[in-house]
Amino acid sequence: MEVVTFLVALGVAAAMAIMLARLFAGPTLYDRVLAMNSFGTKTVLFLLVFSALVGRQDAIDIALLYALINFVATIAILKFFRYRSLEIALAQMSLRKALDGEYEQ
Amino acid sequence: MMDNDLTQYLDYALIAMLLAVGFAIVRLRNLFAVVMLTGVYSLLSAAWFVSLDAVDVAFTEAAVGAGISTVLMLGAMLLTARESEPAGQKRHWAALAVVAAAGAALFFAIPDMPVYGDPNSPANAYVGMDYMDRTPNEIGVPNVVTAVLASYRGYDTFGETVVIFTAALGVMLLLGFGTGRREDEEEDEA
Repeated sequence: MEVVTFLVALGVAAAMAIMLARLFAGPTLYDRVLAMNSFGTKTVLFLLVFSALVGRQDAIDIALLYALINFVATIAILKFFRYRSLEIALAQMSLRKALDGEYEQ
Repeated sequence: MMDNDLTQYLDYALIAMLLAVGFAIVRLRNLFAVVMLTGVYSLLSAAWFVSLDAVDVAFTEAAVGAGISTVLMLGAMLLTARESEPAGQKRHWAALAVVAAAGAALFFAIPDMPVYGDPNSPANAYVGMDYMDRTPNEIGVPNVVTAVLASYRGYDTFGETVVIFTAALGVMLLLGFGTGRREDEEEDEA
């Protein structure tokens, strides 16, 4: 059973390496954003399998934190490329757009 | 013993990926890719910290390294170009010699370090074990590091938090909270 869990962890690590190759190669920005997001998800999976392998529960907390951080980082990156700024809240941006009449077309 | 043998190969896989990411950060010109790779580097190293049983360090690394600093790096990238300038072809042999000497010194120091889990090592021989013995009875927190940080030296941690909060508040009051419109935007619209 332990060997099976280990093989699963090794498989997840291999999937992480493949995502890393996509992250290095690019070529477009969105390939990299998707690869990074997927890499974060695989890190979460790796930590969960790892905690099952060694029988420690505290790695699950880290996995949860990673899932949250991964989400925030992806949102921040996409917001950066949509609006070229991190300063203004997304809600205010759409509000300003609406006030400026961009949605009237 | 079995799972010790197995998890060590997972550690090797993580370290190999860390090495690959490090080289890619040095080699890549696209700064956006570099920013994302620093986030990946910190995720990987935090996963490695978990496998070394340093869960607290992993928690901090994940929150600061992967979370905040990726966003900060993106903000810094706003102020610079998207691509870095090509590095010159000139090789800095003196710098390489200094780095090689420092690395050799570190490898030379490795045999002097206590063996992992050595009962006579400084970490295990002095007051550390006393905290390990007393924490379950006195504090009741499973994680001893958390017990030391938040309870045994709780006032110290509280003071640190107050200092950091004051510093952040001062910076925000001096530089603004970032919600106002920038002046160049207003000029564009006028």
